[in-house]
Amino acid sequence: MSERYIASVDQGTASSRCLIFDDRARIVSVSQVEHRHIFPRPGLVEHDPREIWRNVQHVVQDALGAVRLGLRDLVALGITNQRETTVLWDRTTGEPVHNALNWQDTRTVHLVRELGGDDGADRFRERCGLPLATYFSGPKIRWLLDHVDGLRERAEAGEVLFGTMDSWLIWNLCGRHVTDVTNAGRTMLMNLETLDWDDVLLDAMGVPRAMLPEIRPSMEIYGEAGGALAGLPVAAALGDQHAALFGQTCFSPGDAKCTYGTGSFLLMNTGEQPVRSNNGLLTTVGYKIGDRPATYALEGSIAVTGALVQWFRDKLGLIGSASEIETLARTVDDNGGCYFVPAFAGLFAPYWRSDARGVIAGLTGYISKGHLARAVLEATSWQTREVVDAMNNDAGVSLTSLKVDGGMTANNLLMQSLADVLDVPVVRPIVAETPSLGAAYAAGLAVGFWPKVEDLRAQWHKAAEWLPAMEAAQREKGYRKWRKAVARTVDWVDEDDD
Amino acid sequence: MPARIQSIERAAAILRLLSGRNRRLGVAQLAGELDLPKGTVHGILRTLAAVGFVEQDEETGRYQLGAALLHMGSSYLDGNELRARALNWSDSLAARSGESVRIGTLHEGKVLVVHHVFRPDDSRQALEVGALQPAHATAMGKVLLAANRYAASELAAAGLARYTLATITDWEMLSLELKDALDRGWAIDAEELVVGEMSLAAPIDDRRGVTVGAIGISGPVERLTDAGAPRNDLISFVREAARAVSRDLGAIPW
Repeated sequence: MSERYIASVDQGTASSRCLIFDDRARIVSVSQVEHRHIFPRPGLVEHDPREIWRNVQHVVQDALGAVRLGLRDLVALGITNQRETTVLWDRTTGEPVHNALNWQDTRTVHLVRELGGDDGADRFRERCGLPLATYFSGPKIRWLLDHVDGLRERAEAGEVLFGTMDSWLIWNLCGRHVTDVTNAGRTMLMNLETLDWDDVLLDAMGVPRAMLPEIRPSMEIYGEAGGALAGLPVAAALGDQHAALFGQTCFSPGDAKCTYGTGSFLLMNTGEQPVRSNNGLLTTVGYKIGDRPATYALEGSIAVTGALVQWFRDKLGLIGSASEIETLARTVDDNGGCYFVPAFAGLFAPYWRSDARGVIAGLTGYISKGHLARAVLEATSWQTREVVDAMNNDAGVSLTSLKVDGGMTANNLLMQSLADVLDVPVVRPIVAETPSLGAAYAAGLAVGFWPKVEDLRAQWHKAAEWLPAMEAAQREKGYRKWRKAVARTVDWVDEDDD
Repeated sequence: MPARIQSIERAAAILRLLSGRNRRLGVAQLAGELDLPKGTVHGILRTLAAVGFVEQDEETGRYQLGAALLHMGSSYLDGNELRARALNWSDSLAARSGESVRIGTLHEGKVLVVHHVFRPDDSRQALEVGALQPAHATAMGKVLLAANRYAASELAAAGLARYTLATITDWEMLSLELKDALDRGWAIDAEELVVGEMSLAAPIDDRRGVTVGAIGISGPVERLTDAGAPRNDLISFVREAARAVSRDLGAIPW
C-alpha cells in the first residue's frame, strides 16, 4: 500500500473537487463542493472568488479526512482549472475587486468586435493562436478596467492584480503572483513563440503589464502553501483541457484526446513548434515541463455533442434518460439513410458558417425513432471526424488512435461508431477523471514522486478499447452523405431573422 | 362486496398455473387442471396473448408467461443506464483489484454483460459487452439467480449444462449455493466455467431493494485466492463497488 499521496484540485465551472491519488495513480479519495453561479443579467455569468477559495481549502481537507490522511501524507498538490475565467484582486488586501467573470460570460461581445476592427476576429491569431472571442481573459480584463471606477489607475500602479483561477489559488496558497503557460495562453495576451506577455497584444487590448502574473512552466514547485494547508508544495497548474491531454499521456506528436460532454474538446499534441491552423482550429500550449521546451497542441471544439442527446430527450421526449438513446438506437441496425447535423447555432470548425442551422436529412417514410437515435449518436462521430481531418491536415501528421474521456464514453454504440468513422482505435483510460489525473501526474513529476514521463505512461491503463470494424466503402459513403447533409444547413439564416 | 368478475378470476388461475412447476402448458392441460371447457380456456389465453401476458410456442402450441408480465414483476433497468451509472465505480474496482470487471443483468436465463473494464495491465483484451454467460456457472449469474427465484427455477427446468468438473449441475446443490449467496451478499465461481479461472460478484440493488444487476471481477485462481480461499480484500472491493453503485441508483445505504 502506498505511503505517500498526491492531491489534485480541479477548480471547475460548476464545482471544486479534490482527488487524492496513490503512488500507482489510483484514486483513493474524492471530495467535491459546488459553488454559486451569479447571473446579474442574461448572458452574464460570475463567481465569487472568495467562495471558490474557501471551497478549495475545504475539499482538500475533506478528501484527506475521508480516508484518514493528513497533510503530511501528501507530497504535492497539483491544480487544474476552468480556463479563461478572470479574477482581479487588490495586491495589498487580497480582496477581489469584482466577481470573477466566467468564461461563458458574453459581456465582451461588442468589445471583441471593436478590437477586431477591419481585420476581424483573426487580428491577433498569428501572435496568440486564438481568434477574438468573448471567452478569453484579455477582453474580460479590459472590460473590468473600463467599467470599474478607478481600476485602470490602480492596475497601472500595480495595486490590482489579474489572474485566472490557477493564479488566484496559487496567490492564496503560496502568496506568489504566477500563472502557468497553458492558462496564460488563453488570455490572448501571451505570445505563442516567446511564451511571455506580448507588448503589441497588451497595447491593443489596453492591459497594463504591471497587473499580470509571471508566466511559469506547467510543472515546477511554485511554492509551499501557508495557512490551513501549511507546508504543502504546490507543484503544477494546467488548464482543464491541457491537464486532460497530459492525464491521457498524449506525450508524442500526433497523440490526441477528446473529452465528450455537452460539447466536446479535441486536443492534439503537435510537438515543440506551434502549428498555425488553416481550418480555424486554435493553437495552444499543451503543457511545459520545467525548463524543457513547451509542447504545443491544436484544439478543436465541437459545440453540440451530448447537448444533442439532451435535446432529443428534453425537447422530443423520445427517451427518458440520456443513456436510453443507446437502447433506442439498437432497435435498428443502421441509420436508415438519415443524418442529423446539429448546427443549432451555426457551423463551427472547420466550416465557420454562422448562417447555418440544424438539419435532419434523408427522411423517408421508413425512418423510425430508432434511426433518428442512430443519427443523433453518429452526428458526434462525424463531427469528430471533421475536426480530426482538419487537424491531420494542419499538423501534417495522422491520428493513430484517439483517447477519450467524459460522460459520453459510457455509450458503447457511440464509441464503436467513432472507431468506425475515424478508422483508428478509440481508447478509454481507467481513470475517467483525466484533468485531475493530469494535474496529479504533473505535480508528481515536478517533485520527483514519479521521476520520468515514462513512469506516467506505465501508470496509465486502458479500461476499454473499440477497434474499427467498418468497411472502407461504407465509411466513405457515410462521410459523403454526412457532408451532403452539412451542405444543406448553410444559407438558412436570413437578414430579417431574429 | 361487489360481484367478482369470473373471467378475470379464471385468467388469474391460468397465470398462476403457468408460473408453477410446469411452465409450458397446452390448452387441454390447462382446461383439465381448471376443470373448464377448452373453448373457454382458449378464449382467455388468446386475450392474455393479445396483451402480452402469455406467449404461445409456435412449435408445440403450448403457452407460457409472456415478456410483458415478466417485466412488470421484476424490476427492469436499462443496461445502458446501469453502465453509465456504474462507470466510475467499476473503473475504481478494476484499479483496486487489478482484475477485469464486468457488470451483468439477467437475460433469458443467461447473464448479459452490459459493461466490461479491462484488467489494468495493458495486455491485449477485447471488449465483451453484449456477450452472454451461463448463469449457474458464474458468480454474477449466481447473485442474479439468488435474487430471482423465477429465473432460477426456469433454469433448473431447462437443465444445468456442465462446463468443467467443478460446474454445479445438480439443482439441489445450486439451490444451497444460491441461498448462501443471498445470505452473505456475494457469490463465487471457483473454476466452474473455465478451469483455472475464478469470479467473485455482488448484487446491485435499486431503490426498491430489487436486484437489478451484478458487478464482479474475474481472473486466475492463483491471484484471486489466498491459502485456498477467495481473498478477503477482493471480496470487500467487490462488495464496496456493488454498494456504491446501488447507492447511486437510490438504494437505501447500509
